Amino acid sequence: MKILTAPHMERCIGCHSCSLACARLIHKNLSWNTAGIRISSSGGLSTGFEARFCLACDPAPCVAVCPTRAFVQRPGGGVVVRKKRCIRCGACAGACPVDAVYPDFNGEPFVCIHCGRCVSFCPHDCLDMKDIADQKKPPAVGAQ
Amino acid sequence: MTRDHFRVLLVDLSSGRGEILLLDGRNEWAGGSGLAAMLFERLGRTDKTWDHENQPLIFAIGPLTGLFPLMSKTVCAFKSPYHDQYAESHGGGRSAFCLRFADLDALVLRGKAPTLSCLSIGSRHIALKDAHFMQGFDIHAAGKMFRRMFPGSGHRSILRIGPAGENLSPMACINVDTYRHFGRLGGGAVMGAKNLKGIVIQGDASFPIPENKHYAKLFQEMHRLLTDTEIMNKYHNLGTAENVAVLNEIKALPFRNLQRTSDPMAARISGEQFAEKTLLRNTACAGCPVGCIHIGFVREKFMDPNQYLYRQVPYDHEPIFAVGCMLAVTDPFAALDIMEETDRAGLDMISAGVSLAWATEAAEKGLISEKETLVPLSFGDHQAYQQAVWHLANGANGFYRLLGSGAHRAAEHYGGKNFACVLGQEMAGYATGEVFFVSQALGLRHSHLDSGGYSFDQKSTEKNTGKAVDFLIADEKNRCLLTSMVSCLFARGVYTEARLSECLSAAGCRQLAEQSDAVSRRIQHKRWNLRLACGFDPDLVTIPKRFREVVTWKRPVDPDYLDALQKEYGRRIREMAAAESGT
Repeated sequence: MKILTAPHMERCIGCHSCSLACARLIHKNLSWNTAGIRISSSGGLSTGFEARFCLACDPAPCVAVCPTRAFVQRPGGGVVVRKKRCIRCGACAGACPVDAVYPDFNGEPFVCIHCGRCVSFCPHDCLDMKDIADQKKPPAVGAQ
Repeated sequence: MTRDHFRVLLVDLSSGRGEILLLDGRNEWAGGSGLAAMLFERLGRTDKTWDHENQPLIFAIGPLTGLFPLMSKTVCAFKSPYHDQYAESHGGGRSAFCLRFADLDALVLRGKAPTLSCLSIGSRHIALKDAHFMQGFDIHAAGKMFRRMFPGSGHRSILRIGPAGENLSPMACINVDTYRHFGRLGGGAVMGAKNLKGIVIQGDASFPIPENKHYAKLFQEMHRLLTDTEIMNKYHNLGTAENVAVLNEIKALPFRNLQRTSDPMAARISGEQFAEKTLLRNTACAGCPVGCIHIGFVREKFMDPNQYLYRQVPYDHEPIFAVGCMLAVTDPFAALDIMEETDRAGLDMISAGVSLAWATEAAEKGLISEKETLVPLSFGDHQAYQQAVWHLANGANGFYRLLGSGAHRAAEHYGGKNFACVLGQEMAGYATGEVFFVSQALGLRHSHLDSGGYSFDQKSTEKNTGKAVDFLIADEKNRCLLTSMVSCLFARGVYTEARLSECLSAAGCRQLAEQSDAVSRRIQHKRWNLRLACGFDPDLVTIPKRFREVVTWKRPVDPDYLDALQKEYGRRIREMAAAESGT
């Protein structure tokens, strides 16, 4: 099972291509908000950028608080979203410790589903899909 | 799907209230340059001065903004304090996306805020806040304060002015998101005249994508063309700074107030040298995977024994030309120091550098003294220039106030008209020959990007007035279409007319796609019509003697050819302006 990672955010140029790709291809929106990955500058443009996306918690706190089982645990980490069951209460967004769930103006939640469609749109290879097992291993000594 | 009309927010700064205008005209004016001209005609006054309260300050985006890569620019239009005529200036950053996601095709500001203020807008709010406590703040301090005052990190655009704008300098720019600018023709003073220190645009809404399968595929193809092919390599690699060495090699680089077109020392401030020694990182406008913005660094020891600070400074060919080559400052870090101060003060870098180059030569020739310049100016003295840009921004005395209105105006008073390097406004960084000089001197924006005159000079060896002017007009028309979409002009090699038509069709603008040729011509003519209605007379434009003495790799400039080009281009401009009502 793979998850989205952002191992090279120090290379990010702030083009938002990843967010736009997610919104366009997954959610059929023109948006940089209604997307599973959102980019913001970290304290002004002069200090670089950070990405907000689901870090594949297991167990996921957003799943724990969802009152309708619209959010269910994805095997290995993250969530599967069943939008038809969502009552737009916003509890998932409130429970996420890393602000990875974006509720739009109507309360519809948007969160990364770890599909990897955004990765190829990044011009600087900031993003990567990694096996969960690899992700959780400590880096080898001397690894580059 | 792009809407079939325009949704415009008109804000009266005197009352702090806004009004949403729903206007027809998408198929006639497209957006960007076209929409701005349409709005100026409707809301502006050609017979009133630039600082009249009701003159509009217009920010317009286009039908493709956000829908395709590099559709990332905003057109700012206003009556210019530099020449009191209709003007456009283009900027990027996040401004275009934020307007798009604020659900606006244009933002128009009229009136004057009661105190120095900041306007905050989004898809669901309009608020005018007092910002009198920010009087005199440089653009970095203002940016930090606005970031604290308004939420939305990453998805907001912060436009602000520095002291130059507050002081109504005709060389004041509008800074966009720290590293980009509506640089030329004094937009910053227009904000200053409206008592507006900043504009924060929150891009907080989302929209369905066009309902056709073709759109996503076409996006993918445009993204591939703009990232995988060689077309954009220049901008991604060294950036526009690559031009410095190229132009120096072919004897077309203005150096030392255009006393020369090549200099061995220019090699020290080439794009290659900047990249090797100073480049910290690249960054991008929202929606642009190319990332042409090159950020250099300067390190400053501010206290003994080892206390340092560092600053991040954006560079491009034009800033290197203006405060490096023209001032004979040939150390990259020294040039970055001047760029940093000019940026902070909120001055247009090109006009600041070129006007100080004139002042330096005027001082050398004894036309002015330290009484006027306050600091001794000499070519290469970067520390003096760092102080001089603040005198220029603050209008520290009568000399600097006059210089801020243009080097040619200062020269009229103090002498030295022959070497004031002004082509409509202070020259851009190309000394390629007659066609470029005339194209900037008479061009609508007096910008090197109005049309590719510099490119024509490099490709053509003949002196064919008709052919050259035909090229300028055809190229300007093509660029009108791009700047009405609104595309970054660096993508002009990718967004051909055929591809733009395809993109417009995919965006749901089929009629616009089919009529793009007529639409771009209409926009071109309308802009000239507005300019001439404000009093522009192409025959009255003076191209100073210094340009007539230039020697390029081809040959010395031919003054007769230059005059013939000016006469013919002027005639055609008048024709276009007159044809406007018939198009």
